[in-house]
Amino acid sequence: MIRLGVPSKGRLMERTFDWFGVRGLTLSRTGSDREYAGRVEGADIALVLLSAGEIPRELSAGRIHLGVTGSDLVREKLVRWDMQVETVAPMGFGQADLILAVPKAWIDVDDLDDLDAAAAQFRAIHGHRLRIATKYHRLVREFLRANGVADYRLVDSQGATEGTVLNETAEMIADITSTGETLRANHLKILSDGLIHSSQATLFRSLRADWTAEDRAEFDRIAPHLTAAP
Amino acid sequence: MIETADRRRAAELLGRFEAAGAQPVETAILQPAGTLLDLYGEDIRARAFVTTDPLAGEAMLRPDFTVPVVQAHMANGAAPARYCYAGEVFRRQETDEGRPREYLQVGFEIFDGGDPAAADAEVFDLLRAALAEWSPVAATGDLGLLIAAVEGLTTSERRRTALRRHIWRPVRFRRLMERFAGRAEVRAERAALIAQLDDAAAETLIAGAGPLVGLRGEGEIAARLTALREDREVPPISAAEAEVIDTLLSLDTMLADALAPIRDLAADLPALGPAADRLEARAEALSRRGHDPATLPFAPAHGRTAMEYYDGFVFTLSAPGRPDLPALATGGRYDALTAALGGGRAVPAVGGVIRPGLLGEPG
Repeated sequence: MIRLGVPSKGRLMERTFDWFGVRGLTLSRTGSDREYAGRVEGADIALVLLSAGEIPRELSAGRIHLGVTGSDLVREKLVRWDMQVETVAPMGFGQADLILAVPKAWIDVDDLDDLDAAAAQFRAIHGHRLRIATKYHRLVREFLRANGVADYRLVDSQGATEGTVLNETAEMIADITSTGETLRANHLKILSDGLIHSSQATLFRSLRADWTAEDRAEFDRIAPHLTAAP
Repeated sequence: MIETADRRRAAELLGRFEAAGAQPVETAILQPAGTLLDLYGEDIRARAFVTTDPLAGEAMLRPDFTVPVVQAHMANGAAPARYCYAGEVFRRQETDEGRPREYLQVGFEIFDGGDPAAADAEVFDLLRAALAEWSPVAATGDLGLLIAAVEGLTTSERRRTALRRHIWRPVRFRRLMERFAGRAEVRAERAALIAQLDDAAAETLIAGAGPLVGLRGEGEIAARLTALREDREVPPISAAEAEVIDTLLSLDTMLADALAPIRDLAADLPALGPAADRLEARAEALSRRGHDPATLPFAPAHGRTAMEYYDGFVFTLSAPGRPDLPALATGGRYDALTAALGGGRAVPAVGGVIRPGLLGEPG
């Protein structure tokens, strides 16, 4: 049977349930609030409730056939993600941009050209490379390499990343933002060409899972509802 | 996995290099990460395995031998010296699952400034002869030409330094050239900011933008604003000089046929002269060892992205008809690396490695 992995709590879970609901699949949690079990009405699908961060790995391992998670997480966690999963449908919520941001006071830095020059200057003066706090190491490194930016260093930050600049553990950040509110509150601005990835909740299909003939038939039956506008 | 046959072949090659006068050296598999990160920046993390020791901190599984061999030589070796080595290197693979994560390299390095052209030819000849049974396809290049051209551009020192810093990063190098040659538009916001500096102090503008957070200070921002303002007054790099750079990046011919065109370029950019002399001396040295420049492919920018510490002669020897495989052997000159690791000293150095695991049975 097709196994569908969805986020197990919060807004992301509610929006996911709604999204499937208007497309004729009723998802619900069963049992108590603490129990991660659920069911699907309207299709022959088993529901697996998972933390959104684990869903890329489960898709890659083929333990779930379908999964809902942020496109940023899939790109960060799965090497050559498009060889492992296929996008079934962008879901139109959970929008957030992975961006590069620097202090507003850096009036000499607007874009990647400036950033690269400022990084060279910073290293010459401070004796170490310009630190960028992030949890998206691979996406940021690939982006900066593709753009030929040098003399930076990634420092790991798993939370409150915007605060690292004020605390002087980093000079700038690469993080997810939806409204830019937190950035402004921390006196940061986004580089004009510093958009690394525009993320949203996305339904992915695993290319690594074992798809039986029945699974395929069932997927082909529901896929038109999932990919069409409701 | 490394096969027994590969180890046997590595031992044979090492014996060959010893017989050619090289002293065998060992280097640690666990290398301190700091040196490699300083040299290559964050990009090396995509290619090398990083691990941590609770006491010694971050370490990398040896991604290549050149750096530790140079360090050992700079610490206690006396030039001239010839070294050889054989052992595992480790590379992370983020894009190609089929490529091995650990494989053997057998290398030969010369530290000797006496006759660089002869040393270049010696390394090339030794590796090509060692692979003769596999009839490898040779390709050569010389990043020294591009470096000399950049250093000779009629422009500000700041612009030359910026280009020099990005010799190995084609995307940024091209962007900088476009800008410095006046082929890219100046953004309106930037023009406006610089215009504001005519009436207001940098400090005032910075303070108006937001509080200073982080380690990068007001003085640094102000210094860069001054630099941007000065840069506005620098005339664009001339079309003739930009053309020299473009030609060096695109030239792809036989070594013998490259000499005259490069001499012509040196007429537009005289700083290219000494590098052209070195190219000519190398062509003669190769010829003396039986490698005909008329049939030896040459592109100045060959290996520009793949082999980032090489700053002069570079070469690859590849399996015929197998462009999908990595080169069987790679090598080149890395004078600047010895300066970067030498704490104020530098020794002209050239070397190369063979990957026995790619050889298979001679074709």
